[in-house]
Amino acid sequence: MSGVMKRMGMIFRAKANKALDRAEDPRETLDYSYQKQLELLQKVRRGVADVATSRKRLELQLNQLQGQSAKLEDQGRKALALGREDLAREALSRRAALQQQVSDLEVQHQTLQGEEEKLTLAAQRLQAKVDAFRTKKETIKATYTAAQAQTRIAESFSGISEEMSDVGLAIQRAEDKTAQLQARAGAIDELLASGALDDQSGLAKDDIQAELDRLSGGTDVELELQRMKAELAGGPSAQQQAIEGGSGTNQNQGQQQSHPRFEK
Amino acid sequence: MIVRIMGEGQLELADSHFVELNRLDDELLEEMEAGDEYGFRRTLGALLDAVRRLGAPLPDDALEPSELILPSPDATLDEVREMLSDDGLIPG
Repeated sequence: MSGVMKRMGMIFRAKANKALDRAEDPRETLDYSYQKQLELLQKVRRGVADVATSRKRLELQLNQLQGQSAKLEDQGRKALALGREDLAREALSRRAALQQQVSDLEVQHQTLQGEEEKLTLAAQRLQAKVDAFRTKKETIKATYTAAQAQTRIAESFSGISEEMSDVGLAIQRAEDKTAQLQARAGAIDELLASGALDDQSGLAKDDIQAELDRLSGGTDVELELQRMKAELAGGPSAQQQAIEGGSGTNQNQGQQQSHPRFEK
Repeated sequence: MIVRIMGEGQLELADSHFVELNRLDDELLEEMEAGDEYGFRRTLGALLDAVRRLGAPLPDDALEPSELILPSPDATLDEVREMLSDDGLIPG
């Protein structure tokens, strides 16, 4: 009976051996493997760049949304000062919708940042491995060529084939890491392709949506109104209540919405 | 003995630790075969922690074959099952 780690090790080794069996000239295989590793490294690097780009885009959008949110609050305050409670209500309901988006985006931003750090670290490790492999590859090639020239191939070859299986495993290891990275990068690509990261501009809401938001965000708006009224009247009594009520619901909804996107 | 944690790197462990690790490893396999996701997560976490605690990390530029390989900490039961099936692990 063998456990998970033994079985995984065996599968890796079997794959490495199969890859080596197909090889005719070990020097060609080594060059080919190195080429492959470089390509994989390139892919990982692209993954890092993609994630960084999405993160920066999210930051821009967050700034934009926060600016708009502040503007709407300001408008609400002015409307209220002018005695236009209906306008103030409208401004605050729009602001509530924006705040919802902001908290959604913040969750996404955090997740993305975590992924970026992981990918960067992995890319650095992979780079070190690829460099080490290049050095080793040249040594092995030289040894092999020398062995051929000395016509003691039969003797030397046994030593080389031992070395080769180590290198084969090194290749597999580079690949196992990269496959994982690709899966991660793939998840992010998917996220971009699905528009999940692009779709934060939904500011241009139609009237029906605004009406719906007003209904669903009603309590928040009422609380905000009260807070502003209190502010205008010079008393901060309603403030605490409004802040607590608002942030609690926002957070819950944000988490529920963003989770399935990242787990895929 | 050298153990790889996928996505994390390699660690070198003294053979004397393997009695303990084998026990967790067999438990993990049983849980995987039974489809016990909760147990699987718990045992995988315990196994990875033990390897990290007992082992010394290999430098990033070391080229040593791993004798044992462990899934990454966030691998799910389904992912590991797929890796252990014949075509899994490395495409092509």
